Amino acid sequence: MTTDAGSVAIRARGLTRRFGKLVAVDHVDLEVPAKRVYGFLGPNGSGKSTTIRMLCGLLTPTDGEIEVLGLKIPAQADELRPHIGYMTQKFSLFEDLSVRENLEFLAAIQGVPKAKTKGRIDELIGQYHFGDRQQQLAGSMSGGQKQRLALACAVIHEPELLFLDEPTSAVDPESRRDFWEKLFELADNGTTLLVSTHLMDEAERCHRLAILDRGALVADGTPRELTAELDGRTFIVDTADPRAAQRALVELPGVLGVAQVGNTLRVLVAEDIGDVTQRLDQALATAGPKADVVPAPPSLEDVFVAATRKGDAHGERTA
Amino acid sequence: MNWRRLWAIVIKELRQMRRDRVTLAMIMAIPVIQLVLFGYAINTNLRGLATGVADQADTAGSRALVMDMLATGVVAPVAKADTPQELMAMIRAGKVSIGIVVPPDFERRRIDGRAVAQVLVDGSDTTVQGAAAQLAQVPIDSARPDTRAPLTSTPVSGRISVVAFYNPQRSSAVNIVPGLIGVILTMTMVLFTAIAIVRERERGNMELLIATPLTRSELMVGKVLPYVAIGLVQTSVILALGIWLFEVPIRGSVLDVYLASSLLILANLTLGLLISTRAQSQFQAMQMMIFVFLPSILLSGFMFPFAGMPRVVQWIAEALPLTHFLRLIRGVMLRGAGLWEMWGDVLALAVFTVAMMALAILRFRKRLD
Repeated sequence: MTTDAGSVAIRARGLTRRFGKLVAVDHVDLEVPAKRVYGFLGPNGSGKSTTIRMLCGLLTPTDGEIEVLGLKIPAQADELRPHIGYMTQKFSLFEDLSVRENLEFLAAIQGVPKAKTKGRIDELIGQYHFGDRQQQLAGSMSGGQKQRLALACAVIHEPELLFLDEPTSAVDPESRRDFWEKLFELADNGTTLLVSTHLMDEAERCHRLAILDRGALVADGTPRELTAELDGRTFIVDTADPRAAQRALVELPGVLGVAQVGNTLRVLVAEDIGDVTQRLDQALATAGPKADVVPAPPSLEDVFVAATRKGDAHGERTA
Repeated sequence: MNWRRLWAIVIKELRQMRRDRVTLAMIMAIPVIQLVLFGYAINTNLRGLATGVADQADTAGSRALVMDMLATGVVAPVAKADTPQELMAMIRAGKVSIGIVVPPDFERRRIDGRAVAQVLVDGSDTTVQGAAAQLAQVPIDSARPDTRAPLTSTPVSGRISVVAFYNPQRSSAVNIVPGLIGVILTMTMVLFTAIAIVRERERGNMELLIATPLTRSELMVGKVLPYVAIGLVQTSVILALGIWLFEVPIRGSVLDVYLASSLLILANLTLGLLISTRAQSQFQAMQMMIFVFLPSILLSGFMFPFAGMPRVVQWIAEALPLTHFLRLIRGVMLRGAGLWEMWGDVLALAVFTVAMMALAILRFRKRLD
């Protein structure tokens, strides 16, 4: 069951889940490399949680095949459980137990050897900075502290594979930075991490990521690969009247997205619209406002917009 | 079954319970309040029924008869009337439950040996009917309204015998307390486990638990065990209070009392667990619990005699744990019987427990779908 560097921790083919008429996950193909932080980027309702639940054997797929750490899921879900950690989107530890009691409970349930339990808990309490609040009830802690405790509990048995479902959605930026430091430490020590998020800056930190939109996987690769595909398609429009410029550009054929960023506009165009700069200039000139169009390096947000707009254009899916 | 994981669940449940002060208080308060309330209040031998008197004879003898009937304490005079018709109107209006009529020819009837008085009864309340029957010392079927309930011509002094066997508080409490152990255990135990699983589902803990190697049977058994201890504490509280306040006897062995109680506790806890695997919310679990609790109280023989129920209802009652427990506990505490003499009911409770536990484990899925 050990996974070598460069090997694949999770493989899914045609993964589909329907809830009645709703298709929550629609034929997703996935390959998650071992010992890396793999991100699931997508808006709420894009099927991130459903996919994670299927991958760890909590939900039965309507269709498709899953192999996690070499085990067929859901058939071999029981064999998989000792090797995974799962941090749920909603805080799922016991709010009426103390920090230490929660750790003790999870250690026993996850089968940490009895002789090692105390040492392991002390180690985690040190690493996750709970030294002065071991006796505090989990329910009385802040969002960031809760997430830290949830992570400590999820890794108590040193799982090979860790699922984290929007782990930082209720956490301030400072705590989020610390949290991600911990995730990279875990990856360095050989843990595979699958993290879902709807935050661009978090997705940018992942070694690899997949973009989900309305149940379908619309793009995947390393953040650099994904942004590289958009080279030459992103521009910054500097203008005195950004609102008017936005109105002029947004309906232009081939323009996928226009977003205002301070006094400038960020414009993303489709790949096959010819001499882009000229067309943008023309449109702006006829609309009135004086504006400069400058090419800009693509960001992950552009990738996200490009990937999700593509689906709209083809009109293949319904939400 | 991994003992360490099972134990972890038990410890976790106990720790959570320790922090839940309201529940903790309820564990002690429910038995005390219910026992005192029911022990004193539930009284199948009624006292102080509102009564109207129409003494049409108004002789020394008739007044003495009425006074003697009032002296039993069963009736309390609240109204006077001139005719039986007036009394019937009062009964219809609900002002009185019982009417005593002494006809004008009382002295002559007494000498002739004919019925000397009439007791009119509000037959819509069965317990009142029973009490009036005692009052008149006549068979129950003649104590219906509009039927003459003849008081025999026995001399007035003979009527004092009514008072003699009338010993309400004592005989009722002795019957009620053993049954009350069963009722209280049914109420609290089913509720504890009915909420146990569904609460963790609502709070989100379940998604974490089912993603761990914890097995279904470890979870289920671990949820039941701590509450067995709670149930035995409650049993002890009721027994101690019953003995202290109501002088309830334990004629059989104390061990048998606890064994019988443990059987009922397990049956109820596993039933609650099954409810918990079905219910989608704590509210639903409460409703399902009441769905079981009401028939238990009404059909088990706690309130009405089992023998008097129609056959079909008896079958339903046989499926309720409380029915079997009542037979066991009354046998042990009041008749001094040993549990082995009533092995059928012991077996019934054991089978019920195993069946409920098996169903709960089978119904619980380590899946979210």
